[in-house]
Formats: sequence, structure tokens, C-alpha cells
Amino acid sequence: RYSSFSRRQELDTLTKVHNPLIGTKTHPSRCPDNSAFKQQKLPAWKPQLTPATVLPSFFLTGAFCLAMGVCLILSANSVREIQFDYSDKCSDCSKLRENSSNWNKECHCSVNFTLKEDILGDVFMYYGLQNFYQNHRRYVISRSDAQLLGRNVNKSYCAPFTTYHNGTPMAPCGAIANSMFNDTIDLFYNLNSSAIQVPVLKTGNSWWTDKNVKFRNPKSYNLSSAFAGTARPPYWHKPVYLLDKEDERNNGYVNEDLIIWMRVSAFATFRNLYRRVKRIRQFADGLPAGNYTFRISYNFPVTKFKGRKHVILSTVAWSGGSNPFLGIAYVVSGTAATLTGFVITAIHLKLRKKKTFFQK
Amino acid sequence: MWGRGELCRVGLRVGLADPEGLFQPEWFWGSVNLSWKRLCRSSCPAMNLTVTVPNSTRSPSAGPGVSTTLPCLSRQADLLLLSSSEPHGLCYIETAELDGETNMKVRQAIPVTSELGDTSKLARFDGEVICEPPNNKLDKFGGTLYWKENKYPLSNQNMLLRGCVLRNTEWCFGLVIFAGPDTKLMQNSGRTKFKRTSIDRLMNTLVLWIFGFLVCMGVILAIGNAIWEHEVGVCFQIYLPWDEGVHSAFFSGFLSFWSYIIILNTVVPISLYVSVEVIRLGHSYFINWDKKMYCAKRRTPAEARTTTLNEELGQVEYIFSDKTGTLTQNIMVFSKCSVNGHSYGEHRVPGRPEPVDFSFNPLADPRFQFWDPGLLEAVKLGDPHVHEFFRLLSLCHTVMSEEKSEGELYYKAQSPDEGALVTAARNFGFVFRSRTPKTITVHELGRAITYQLLAILDFNNIRKRMSVIVRSPEGKIRLYCKGADTILLERLHPVNQDLTNVTTDHLNEYAGEGLRTLVLAYKDLEESYYKDWSERLHRAGSATEAREDRLARLYDEVEHDMMLLGATAIEDKLQQGVPETIAILTLANIKIWVLTGDKQETAVNIGYSCKMLTDDMTEVFVVTGHTVLEVREELRKAREKMMDASRSVGNGFSYQEKLSSSKLTSVLEAIAGEYALVINGHSLAHALEADMEVEFLETACACKAVICCRVTPLQKAQVVELVKKYKKAVTLAIGDGANDVSMIKTAHIGVGISGQEGIQAVLASDYSFSQFKFLQRLLLVHGRWSYLRMCKFLCYFFYKNFAFTMVHFWFGFFCGFSAQTVYDQYFITLYNIVYTSLPVLAMGVFDQDVPEQRSMEYPKLYEPGQLNLLFNKREFFICIAQGIYTSVLMFFIPYGVLADATRDDGAQLADYQSFAVTVATSLVIVVSVQIGLDTGFWTAINHFFIWGSLAAYFAILFTMHSDGLFQMFPNQFRFVGNAQNTLAQPTVWLTIALTTVVCIVPVVAFRFLKLDLKPELSDTVRAQMTPRGFLSPANEAFPQGWAAACWAVGGNTAHPLPGSPLYLRTVAWMNCSISGKGDTMRM
Repeated sequence: RYSSFSRRQELDTLTKVHNPLIGTKTHPSRCPDNSAFKQQKLPAWKPQLTPATVLPSFFLTGAFCLAMGVCLILSANSVREIQFDYSDKCSDCSKLRENSSNWNKECHCSVNFTLKEDILGDVFMYYGLQNFYQNHRRYVISRSDAQLLGRNVNKSYCAPFTTYHNGTPMAPCGAIANSMFNDTIDLFYNLNSSAIQVPVLKTGNSWWTDKNVKFRNPKSYNLSSAFAGTARPPYWHKPVYLLDKEDERNNGYVNEDLIIWMRVSAFATFRNLYRRVKRIRQFADGLPAGNYTFRISYNFPVTKFKGRKHVILSTVAWSGGSNPFLGIAYVVSGTAATLTGFVITAIHLKLRKKKTFFQK
Repeated sequence: MWGRGELCRVGLRVGLADPEGLFQPEWFWGSVNLSWKRLCRSSCPAMNLTVTVPNSTRSPSAGPGVSTTLPCLSRQADLLLLSSSEPHGLCYIETAELDGETNMKVRQAIPVTSELGDTSKLARFDGEVICEPPNNKLDKFGGTLYWKENKYPLSNQNMLLRGCVLRNTEWCFGLVIFAGPDTKLMQNSGRTKFKRTSIDRLMNTLVLWIFGFLVCMGVILAIGNAIWEHEVGVCFQIYLPWDEGVHSAFFSGFLSFWSYIIILNTVVPISLYVSVEVIRLGHSYFINWDKKMYCAKRRTPAEARTTTLNEELGQVEYIFSDKTGTLTQNIMVFSKCSVNGHSYGEHRVPGRPEPVDFSFNPLADPRFQFWDPGLLEAVKLGDPHVHEFFRLLSLCHTVMSEEKSEGELYYKAQSPDEGALVTAARNFGFVFRSRTPKTITVHELGRAITYQLLAILDFNNIRKRMSVIVRSPEGKIRLYCKGADTILLERLHPVNQDLTNVTTDHLNEYAGEGLRTLVLAYKDLEESYYKDWSERLHRAGSATEAREDRLARLYDEVEHDMMLLGATAIEDKLQQGVPETIAILTLANIKIWVLTGDKQETAVNIGYSCKMLTDDMTEVFVVTGHTVLEVREELRKAREKMMDASRSVGNGFSYQEKLSSSKLTSVLEAIAGEYALVINGHSLAHALEADMEVEFLETACACKAVICCRVTPLQKAQVVELVKKYKKAVTLAIGDGANDVSMIKTAHIGVGISGQEGIQAVLASDYSFSQFKFLQRLLLVHGRWSYLRMCKFLCYFFYKNFAFTMVHFWFGFFCGFSAQTVYDQYFITLYNIVYTSLPVLAMGVFDQDVPEQRSMEYPKLYEPGQLNLLFNKREFFICIAQGIYTSVLMFFIPYGVLADATRDDGAQLADYQSFAVTVATSLVIVVSVQIGLDTGFWTAINHFFIWGSLAAYFAILFTMHSDGLFQMFPNQFRFVGNAQNTLAQPTVWLTIALTTVVCIVPVVAFRFLKLDLKPELSDTVRAQMTPRGFLSPANEAFPQGWAAACWAVGGNTAHPLPGSPLYLRTVAWMNCSISGKGDTMRM
């Protein structure tokens, strides 16, 4: 009794002086706080996967997906789309373009087609490319956004199309700009043996932010002087400030064809918006049925890299173009979710019977 | 005055005196010198040869100059005792820290030095000591002191080892022999090893695998790149010429390999290690903050001293516990007695018991408590047997008394048992007041009576009894004897037969409760006989040869035909809640081994009192063999017995089959019945030899309880090492003293009991708290949660990184293997740091599957951790598979949707930047939903982090794509305007929604089916938390018959706490429902 008592006193002295863990002062408040956080007793929501929540959610998800899928399929089906592969249509042109020394020789070809029904609503004209790797890493990075914003050229981003050997910088620089799609496609409506050019809009096709924020011409009193001291990219036929002869404001870096081209595609097969049909005169409701001709100035070589070129006419719906993938995917997932719901319910009910058999 | 340099000089001289070359030069210079430096620089206020014990009543006057405490110095060095305050250079020490024994031991200075009582004499002491090199033998020391041309042999009797504590000795002088790491205690403490958890090791393996996987992906994509550049890229050169220096597709592939290693490196979770440490730190803080692990009495909170082992606390399979100070409080309490066939000590008064009032006795010790008023009544009524009983207790002992002021008595007892008995007698009115060598003065119910002390027949381990022969004032000579029942009951006079039977019953009852019992007896001696005997005793005492034998024979002769008085029962007070804790830990399938330096009897007693050993056990094997052969034989016999029993229980065929598979272990693990093994230190030394250790381990593991007694600290570590080596199980060692340090260091997890004597154990430990009972909370609550959280965290972490990174891999096939990333560079940077780190951290820190009370109520909830079910290679592959599945959908659904898509205003949608934003957004949403599914405990913090991460994603996305940043850094923020354009498209949102549904629905389906078909115990317990609780009447339909049936099936693996119907039912039901634990699915 005595020894244990004195030992405790001794211990107290000792711990006060020598115990580095406890420190020199022993506070009476060494007891931890009784807070919910420190005691791990925070109020909490403890969700569980109960049949009452899981089974209905399966059916609800299934129903939602099915409904959405049907809507999307209907929407996609309402879209009219016509697509022409013209890469081989003008075989002489494609051969001509395989030799790069013929770059300044013009080559034209036409594609005829007949519309059996009117295409109502806004009609968009796209060019489509296949097997063109716009998403290749070296391609994607080969651009200078500072230059396209009208600032001083930062050379380091544009390799390998930065400057010519004599040091003249390219404007715009980079592999993307250099490889810009430069076919001209005109659509003619053949009405009573006379060809009427379908009026199209060149502008308003790109994203608003691209046109107004991302691309700017260098500031100068006129456009050609703004690009003085620079040269066009090697594959271009004309300098950047002469891209659009008809519309002075659609030149330089803010040229919409350039802007759209500069927004590189995610995949090697892609389509870019080329023109919109201007809804005036006989085209006020869209494209009337009849015979049409695409007159194409064939400049862009694709056969060299085993690519294909298309021209596409399409309308749009609320869900976008005619791609049915999303609708089908929704229907499939909706069906799967519903079926899973049924299977799980069946299993659950069967099991519950067994459980009650054991318990009662 | 002895200065610091003086001390060091003496110490160094020890090393210099090395004529026989016992000490290696390295040892001398490296070790002694260094450790001396350390010693001199230690935290002691001033080092001095003078060693005194602070005495609360007397200031240390004898110590010359500055005094320092032995506990301080004794933490540093082994001393040769030179002289002390007690006569003949005696010195009393307690060695609980060394061997766990709590009785006092005597050390004596050699006679020539015992005169060196003051500093001036001591200053002239210039002896030289030659001794054995440092070793780990605690009970042996060999050396010689050379002084004044004389040789004096030194033995362990002259040594004060580091770790011992001075008792009843005011001061002593000592010569430092070994210091620092050379002390016997430190030699025993084993090496400090860097501890890592099994999850850590698994994680490292997995990270290596992932790295291999990364290289594989790199190689595949590099080959793809080479082929692509060869087939396609060559033709595409007009638009995209190869980089300078790249002349072949092969070289391009080589470069692309390194690009892909860089891009895909996020699959190797670098931030995993940091996050794991943060989570562990959080768990450690929760341990430190736990109010339920705070001991108010000692004012010590629990402390996690390492932050690296937390989740291993949820996987412990073996606990190695020290006894003294860990299981027991090291306080002896007189709790029951049997006098003349009448047992006292039960709580007789119904209702709230109050301790017996000893106020009649001014000399009573106020701290003494007794609960049975009957005994005091018997004293007051003058029952002669009771009087004689207490008279014996007040006379037959070796206790010293100290009376500081009138009535203020202090007893100094060599063993706490003795002190408890004398204190009991004191309170019942038989106050031992003082003793001289020839007399003992006792206040018997107020009357001072002085007895003449004729002889003390001292206690030793063979006799197991002690006696005194006294002459009362009336002149009657009487022998009083107390001792172990086995010895004493044989020496009683035959007339005691009836009384012996009754007393034996009482003794068995006491022993069953784990009390330490002693039997008391007396014998009247004739004057003439005594005279004759004492003469013979005197002659024997002065004999030169066979003195011990002759004395023993004389003692034996007189302690014969004694009259039985009764028996005492002393409670070696267990720490609070020890039996309950052990019961719960056993239920949690944790095996507890007690390793103690104490005596076998004591250890077994404690085993019974903390319910490790029970009377229901089939057999308790005791291994005490002294030779290899004996030990082997005893172990073999134990195994045979166990196997025989299981053969007779189980059917013989299956046994034969098992035997033919020659897996001895499996046979032993399938044993029916409960066994326990008690093994002695010297047997253990043989059992731990290389050729027998497996045999020993198999036998021990087949037993339900294992007690190793008389083990040295090193043996403790060896036992732990043995289990670690062969069992592949997580071990935990818990102890309080310096003798436990080695085992604490060796075990996977070391726990120190703090607030006791020293802090050696605490310093070596990984966790410390002040009560053994906190262990259940540490393991079942904190450990379990830690393990669970860590596993969930790891699963999710691997999942999210794979889902994130593998998208690049799929994209590689569509971008000419050009190492183009899918996402914006900022998204790649921020994904792991900002968008997904905090929700999973919050889950890793706060998640709880079942509330803490349930972990205690259902100890079987601990089992998944032991079986390593929640995170293993299988679980890892499931996570990876889920991640890859997610990444496939994450890439191909947007691909399918966007490939030919246009916006609803006809503009392009399939551009790279829109694709990047779509994939990134759906990825962030999917992994957020997934963490939402994984989080089982949504505190406000979880809500904040999960919703906050989503909000942060969108906020950062719009900021990164804003005009302002683009205007400043056009080449760095190329995604300008992308977010508002892309995310305004219904198609994009429909794509994100579809991706989320397709990624999450299968996971929910799998999880629900698993929950429904094969629920884990924790799932079931969690389901009970709903308002319709487990005990509510609706569920009361759970029939007892069903429980009983399960109980029978569950058999020997479950042990409910007695007296609780809840436990019976719980356990039975757990045995049934846990059966499906074998396979777990994470999807």
C-alpha cells in the first residue's frame, strides 16, 4: 500500500521533470475535447443500397434512357443529309495534285446530283475529310495563337512551318494553317437548263468566341500593310489578307474558312462547315427538289495520304446532325437498365422468400 | 564533490583496466566513450555517483552535493553497488521493468566497499574492475574488483542493473560498469526495425506492377506508332513532315514510347503515397483525440506515436501481452479469507454495498477496504479462531514498519502480497507496530503486546512457506506458519481432516476466481522441545558444510502436525476491464499470448482471473522440461492428446484424409475442444531452438491460450519473431516495462502502457495508452475503421487513376499513336490534385461503415481485416478492371457521338477541344458519382468536398477557358470559349449523362446483388441501423432455436460474453452470416 502510494508521488515528480512526452507542465486539460469532430461523431447521412431505392431507380433510369433514345432517334431521322465523295470523281485532278509542282495549275470538276424531295429548313454545306490526322500531336501543337491574335510571332510553337529559309515569317505559321483546305465548292441549281448559283453565306459559320475573341488581325491602316514582312504559308496560293476577294472584312486571320480549319478535329475523319444556304428567293424554304451541280475547284490533294474528300449537304435538328449513335446508345442502355431491373427484382423477391422461410 | 569529469574518469578506468584483452579496442573507444558522452549529456540535472531516492518525508541529507535519482541514472547505466544507506551495504530494488517480478530483491555491496559511505572515502577509491563484455544475461554477472592488491569476486548480487528501482533505501553509491547501449537491459532490447504495414508492402508491389503495365502500354503504343508512321505517316509528310532528326518510323516509335511514358505516368499513383500518409495522420489524430481512450486517473490520453501503422491495427491476429502492469495493476488486495471453515469476503449486504467501517480502530489504514461486515463482527465478538488468524498475519511476516508520527504507520514489504496481509490484520485490530531483531510489538484490539521473536523460518521457492516461532507474554511458545496450500495441507495434524475438507473447498473456490491463496496454520511447541530444537538449529547454522540442507531438515521437522487456522485469498488486482477486453478480443478471433517474467503460479492465476484459462477447458498443458528431450516429449504428448480428442470427435475418415495430405498444421487447427499451454522460460529456451520451433509453434497455435512464464525480454522477442516468421499474421505486443521493449520493437505493432513506472516501453512503442482495456477500442474501432478506410481509399484511388489515364491509351489508336493527350494540360495537372483528391481523402479519413458501438457488439466484424479481404490483389484487379471499363466507355461513347456530329446551329462539334471538354466533364462527374457511392458516411465535410470538387471543376474550367486568361497568355490558354460553347450543347450533356449511367449502373447492380445475395456482416449490421433496429419487436422474431442451431454449427469458434442473450444470438447469427465472406466483389 505504502509503496504504491509513494511510487505514484515519485512518478508524478518524474514525469513532470523528465518525461519529454508529457512536457514540463502537466495541464489539467490533457483530456481530449469532447467535440463531435474529434470523437468521430459528426452527424452524417448513411446511404444504403436498399431494394426500395435501388429497384425503382433502375426502372426510372431505364425509362428515361428509352424515352431519350426514342426522341434522339426521331430527331436524327428528321435530318436530311446528302454526301458525295468527290476525291475520285475528278481523277485527272487528283493525279494532277499528286505532283506538288503543279500547284498553280487550276483543275475543276463537277458533281451532279438530283434531289427528289425538297430539303426544308436551314441547309448547311460541309466538306468532309477522311484519314486526315488533324489530331496528330505534332500537328495539333503546330500553331501560334498569339500570332492569330494579331500579336508578334512566337516562333517556337509553329515548327516546322515557322519561317522560310530567308527568315521571312509565315503568316499564319504552323502545320495546321499550312494545310488549310483550299478547294472551292459552288452549288448550282439547274433549273430549266440554266444553272443558278445557290446563294450561300460565308460568314457566321464559326463559333462566336473564335471569330470575336480568338482571332484578330494585326492592327494597321490596311490589311496588306498589317501583314507586311510576312509571307504566305508554302502550300497557299494567296496571302492571308486576300483569302476572300468578295468580302474585305473576311480576310486575314479572321477569315472564317481559316478559323474553322484552325479548330482542329478530334479524329482523322471529320467534317467542317463550309457554307450555309442563304434562304432567299427560291431557296427561302431550303433546297427545292431538282438537279444540282457542285462545281469544285480541286486544289486539296488527298490521294497522296490515302485520304478521301466529301461534300455534304445537311439540315440540323435540336440534337445536331444526323448521327444516330446517341439515340441508339440510349435505347440500348435503357433496355439494359430495365432488363437488369427486372432480373434484380426477380432475384430479390426469390431471395426474400428464402429469407422469410429461414426467419419464421 | 564529485564532478562530471571525476565520474567519467572512474568509468573510463573500468575500460582501461583490460589486462586480459577482454575488451576490443573498438568496443572501448567506440562504445564506452560514446555512451559516456551520451550519458553525461543526458537529461539528468547533474550526473553524480551519488544516487538517492527522493523521499517525500526526508530530504536526502546523506548525499554529498547534488543528488540525482536512481530512476534517472538507472535508465542509463549498470552499476556496481559500492555502498548504501542500509547496514552491510544492503540495497533493496524492484526489478519489474527487467523481469516483471514485483517483489523486492536484495543486493549487497561487497564488504570492503560497503564502508565507503561518504565522499571523502569514496574519492580515495581507486579500484579496477575486470568483467565480462556486455551481454544480455540478466541474471548473471562475472567480474573481479582489484583494489589495494586484493582481488574480490563480483557477482550479480552486487549489481544494480539499468531499469531497476531502489526501494526502502535512501541512497547508494555505485560504479558504472556498462552504460548506454552496453547495459544488460539495452542488450536485451533488440534492434529497432523500420516498421511497415502489409498494405504498404502490397502497395509497393502493386505500384511496381503498374509501372510494368505502364511500360507495356508504352511498348504497344510505340509499336503502333512505328507501324503508323511507316504506313500512314510517311504519306502524310507533305502536311506534317517528321521532326528533325527523325529519319525512320522505328525511331519515331522509340520517341513515342517515351512520350507515352510521360503521358500515361498518371497511372502510377505518385500522389497515392502522400494521400495515404495524410489519411494515416488523420487516423492517428483520431486516436489521440479519443476521449474514450483517455484515462482520467492518470491524466493520459492515448497516443499514436507512429503514423504509419494505423490500418494494420485492423488486421491483428496475435496479441502478446506482458502481465505485470499490463494485465494487472500490480496492487495486491486482501479480498477473502476462510477462518475455521467459515468463508468471509462476499458482498453480503443486498443493494449498494458499502465497505466495512473501521473507524473503531485509530490505527486503521483508511485506504483498506473490505466488503463483508461479518468478519469484523467476529473479531468484535471475540471469536478465538479469528483472533488467532489475524494474530498470525500480524506476526508471521518480514515486513518492516515505520512510524513517522504517532499512529501514522507505513509498512515496507518485500512482496506486495505480504504487505496486503499485514495491512488487513492492521485494520481488523491486530496492528503490527514495530519490530526489533528479538521482538515484535502488536496492538491487539488496542492492547500493546510484545512477542518475543524466537526464530524466522524464511521463505524460499522449494519450501513455499514461511514460519515464525514466538513466545507470547504469557510464556507460551507457538509456531505460526503460512504457505502454499499444496505444501501446507500435507503438514497438518490429522485431527484437522474435516476442517481441511471445508477449507480446501474454499481454496478451490478462491483459486477459481483467480485469487492468490495462502494457508495459515499454527503449532504449539513444548518449552523443552523448543530448547532442544533451537540448539540443533544453532549448531546447524554454524556448520560449515551442507548447512542449507541441515537447516531445511530442521525446519521441516518443526513445521509438522500443525493446526489449520484458515486461508487467505489475495487479489492481484487486474486492471479495469481486462477479462471483458480479453473476451471480446477472443471473439474477434485474436489469439492472446501472455509472456511474463513472473512465476508460473502467478501467471496461471492471472490467466484464470482474466478468463484466459477457464475450468471448462479440456486441458491445460504445462511444459516445464529442463532438457531438450523432455520439452520435445511434453510437446509431442500435448499434440497427441489434442489429436486424439479431435479424432474421437470428428469422423476418423476425414482425419485420415487430412493426415495423408501431410499438413500437420491443418490437422492441429481443426482440433476440437479448448486447450491451453503454459510453458516455462527454461523450456521455452529449448522450444525456441531451430529444430523444435515449428513443433512448438504448431502446438501453441492449436491452443486457445498460451502463457509463457519466467521468460527473459529476449525470449519474448523471439516468441514474437517465431509467430511472425511462420504464421504470416499481424502481431501486436503490449507491455509497460523495459523488459517488454524488445517484444514491442519486434512485433508488427508495439503498444506501450503509459503512466506506469518507466517510459521505456512507451518510447519504443507505436501506440501508447494507460489501460489495457483501451486495446479493444484501438483494434476494434480505430484499427477496423482505419483498415476499412484505407482499403476503400486504395480501391478508389487506383480506379480513378486508371479511368483517367487509360482514355489516352484508347485515343492513341485514333491519333496515329502520336502521344496526343485527350485532355487539356491543365485538366491533367489538376485532376489528381484538385478535382478528385479531397472527396476520396474525406472518405479515407471519415468513413464509417457501422457505428463504433456495433464494432464492440459484433467483434466478428474484425475478421475481414485479419483475412485481408478488403484490399488484396484480387480487389486490386477488380478496381483496375472497373477503371479500364470506365475509360473505355469514357472514350468510345463521346467518340461515337461526336465523330460526325454537328451542333444544333450547324457548326462543327467534333473538334478536338470540344471532345476534350466532353470527356473531362464526364470523367469528373463519373468519378464523383463513384465516390458518392463509395462514401458510406456523408458528413458535412464529405458533402462539402464532393460538391465542392464538382463546383471547383466547373469554376476552373470556365476560368481556364475565359477571355481574360487567353488575352494574357494566348499560347497557354488555347481553349478559350470552349466551355461555354461545348457545354451549351444538349448533345454534350446527353453524352455525359449516358456515360455516367453506363458507368455507374452496372456498379450499382453488382453491389446491390452482392448485398442481397451474400451480405457481409458489416452490411447486415449496417442494415440494422435503420429505425427498425435489431432489438425492436419487429425483429424479435429471430428465433432462439435458429440461433441455437447456428451455435452448434459455429461450434468452438465463437464465445459469447456470458449472461448476455444478445451476445448468444449475435454470435450465433454471425457464424451463419459470415460464411459468405470468402469472395468479395467491388463492383
